[in-house]
Parts: sequence; C-alpha cells; structure tokens
Amino acid sequence: MVSILPLKLIEASAHMRGKKLVGPVNLTLAPTGFTMVIGPNGAGKTTLLRLMHGLQRCSKGQVAWALPAKQARDKQGFVFQSPIMMRRKVIDSLAYPLHLRGVGKTAARERAAECARNFGLSELLESWAPMLSGGEKQKLSLARALITAPEILFLDEPCANLDGRATREIESILRQVQARGTRLVMSTHDMGQAKRLANDVIFMLNGKLHEQADSEKFFNAPVTPEAKAFINGDIVE
Amino acid sequence: MSDYAGGFWAAWKLIFTLDPDLYEIIFLSLQVTVSAVIIASIIGLPMGAWLAVNRFKFRRYVIAVLNALMGLPPVVVGLFVYMALSRAGPLGGFGLLFSPAAMIIAQVIIITPLIASISHQTIRDLWAEYHDLLISMNATRAQRIKALLWDGKRALLTATLAGFGRAIGEVGAIMIVGGNIEHATRVLTTAIALETGKGNFAFAMGLGLVLITMAVIVNLLIHIVGKTERASTW
Repeated sequence: MVSILPLKLIEASAHMRGKKLVGPVNLTLAPTGFTMVIGPNGAGKTTLLRLMHGLQRCSKGQVAWALPAKQARDKQGFVFQSPIMMRRKVIDSLAYPLHLRGVGKTAARERAAECARNFGLSELLESWAPMLSGGEKQKLSLARALITAPEILFLDEPCANLDGRATREIESILRQVQARGTRLVMSTHDMGQAKRLANDVIFMLNGKLHEQADSEKFFNAPVTPEAKAFINGDIVE
Repeated sequence: MSDYAGGFWAAWKLIFTLDPDLYEIIFLSLQVTVSAVIIASIIGLPMGAWLAVNRFKFRRYVIAVLNALMGLPPVVVGLFVYMALSRAGPLGGFGLLFSPAAMIIAQVIIITPLIASISHQTIRDLWAEYHDLLISMNATRAQRIKALLWDGKRALLTATLAGFGRAIGEVGAIMIVGGNIEHATRVLTTAIALETGKGNFAFAMGLGLVLITMAVIVNLLIHIVGKTERASTW
C-alpha cells in the first residue's frame, strides 16, 4: 500500500475575504507519531488542521501529500470539535463512510457493529445519533472517522466539551489508535492532555507556526518567550 | 344556514350511500393529484438539493425565479398547456388534451417549483450542517445530494405535502386542459365549480367537505407512514 505521508506544507497560507487566517507555514509531518497543535484562541489551530485536511483552501503555497490530493483524502479522517451527527441511527452513521467506498449494505452494517463494539457503543446501535450524549457523540465521531482505517487522523479539540471521564475514554482510544500505526494530529487547549499524548508539539500564535519541537523538549525548555508564557498559563497575544 | 346543513347532509348521503359517481370523482382526483405529486417530487426534490449544494454563476437569480414560480397562476399554466396540447400545438400529435394526462401535466408544472423551492430551503440548512463532514468523507456530488435527501426526508415530506395541498385544491388549470368531462376528466374541484354554477350549493358543499376530509386523511396517512412528529426520530 502506497502511503500518503509525509505531508509537506510549503509556504502554505489560508485567507478569507482578503484576511490572512494562517501562514505562511512550512512544516513536514512524518509518517508516524502524535502531533499536538496548541496555542491561544484565534491562533489558527483549527485553520491549520483544516488546511492540512483540505477543508480550508490553500490560498498561497502548497499542501503536498505523497499521493495526489484526491487519493490522499480517502486515507484521512477528521474529528470535529462539535460532533456532526447525521440524522440516522448509530449503526447507519457508522456504516455510511463504508457505503461511500462501495461496501455493500450488509457487510457495512456488520463492520459497523464490530466497530461499535470496539468503541463501547454496542448498546446504542439502534439509537438515533443526534440524541446521544456529548461524550457518546464524540466517541461515535471518532469511530466513524476510524472505520475506514485512515492513515492519518486529524482531531480538532475533540475533548473540549467533555467531562473528565469521557476525556479519559477518548484518550485511551487515541493511544490504541496510535499503537496501531495511525498518524495523529490533534489540537487542544489542555496542556495536561498535550503532555500526556503528544510526541511532538506545534505552537501556533497569530496564524503563524511559532515553535515546533519534540514534546518533552517543548514543555521542558521552550525556545520562545511566548511559548514559555503559554505553558505557564499566562495570556499570550 | 340551510345551505350549510344541506351541505353536511349531502356529504353524509354521498359518502354513505356509496354513490358511484362520487367515488369515481374521488378516485380520479387522487389519481391525478398523486401522479402529479410523484412526478413533481422526482423532479423538484433533487432540483432543490442540487441548487443547495452547487455554486454557479446566476445561482441567486435561478433561486429567485424558482421562488417566484411558486406563485404561478394556474389559469395561465392551463392556457399554455392547452395551447401546447391542442391540435395546432407542438404536442398536439399525442392527443392528450381533455384527458387525465393533460391534467397531470398542468399540475406538475404548477407544483414542481413549489416542491423544489421548499426542498431547497430545507436542504440548504441541512447542507450547512453536513458540509464539512461530507467534504471530509470525500463524498461525490451525487453522494452528497443522496445523503441530504435521505437524511432530510421527514422535512422534505412537508414539501411534497405542500405540493399535494396545492394540487388537490387546484381548479383553474385542470378545468381548461381537462374540460370537466363527466366520467372522463371530472374531479372534485371541477365538480364543485360546476355544481356552484348550477346553483346547487348543498351538493357543491357536500363535495367540498369530501375534498377537505380527503386532504386531511391523505396528510394524516403520510405522517403516520413517514413516522413524523414521533419522539426520538428526526
């Protein structure tokens, strides 16, 4: 199987109505690991993830996968901060990405049921997805994004609206997913979570990649004063 | 007041004496309207969804025209269909004038913009919700439209019911293209118009009550079959 990684951002920028949201960013994502994108509100974390995934148009520069963008999209997954629930039962929501890839109805539902078991959603298979609790919705989003076994998974603050228990469950799933070889890129506001999960860290500030380093190095010896202040919980602008 | 009482009595008698003429008219009314609603839905629902998910030049103007066409005057539609289907018209060779088929054609033209416009509004809201997800999943344009129509089906029922409501009560166009011929193209609305013209108000009211009852029953049946307004469903 040909890999879509590494991903290279070369002078990549994103604009909206003439206003720069992010960039220019130069960055390479290696085929393995868990990258955490951190930074204050409005720093461009979400836009950076969307830019990499292709949800945000690259207005300048380049977002280059090892394969053409259209083929690369099939091997990616994205988990949104506010889970987008299709108006379907849980089992049908899980089976939907498989339908899109031409898997037959029965086979897709069987795989969906198996996936639900792995994510502790078995008892909710016949429930309406929009009626689930916040934690269940996010677990379903994660399961739906992973059912096609993507090579890389982007997660935009997936635990932002969850309580401690649900966050712990999601983190446990993410560790298993990483152990199976899926490349993970996640944004978060939770420094504890970043320390627990990340192999490397991208610190965003004012739409720019301010600092990028190995997780341990970043948290123990940040290079820039802004990164240091952010880690200490100070307001950074 | 006696006309109203007479109307109820006439309606009661018509229904419970199993008047064959009445049941023929009811059957034809339903046949014409349901056929028109099905055809208009097949055209209008995907059209509304397509307009919601596609961006193209003059899109706004197309939507504005579509909304304006919701108010198409039925008499004018009847006139155009009449001219098209009459012997000298471009479709005269099919011999459809003064047939139920002509009435269906006229109704389809009247209700398609209505169904397309309401479904466009419904799908537009759902598309705003699903946009990132479906793009992220790499769904093709056809797959997006299919997902939106499927997941919005209960809301889209409103569009088809609006179409049904307009078609079942329509009289101007089908009078022109159908001709209100007894045992051939007479439906409830044209029969009511005829009986009113004859001064037979009680009978006309009886037919009107039957029409209203029928519309309510069909709507209820669709809601029951469609499982709308039930807890834990969308």
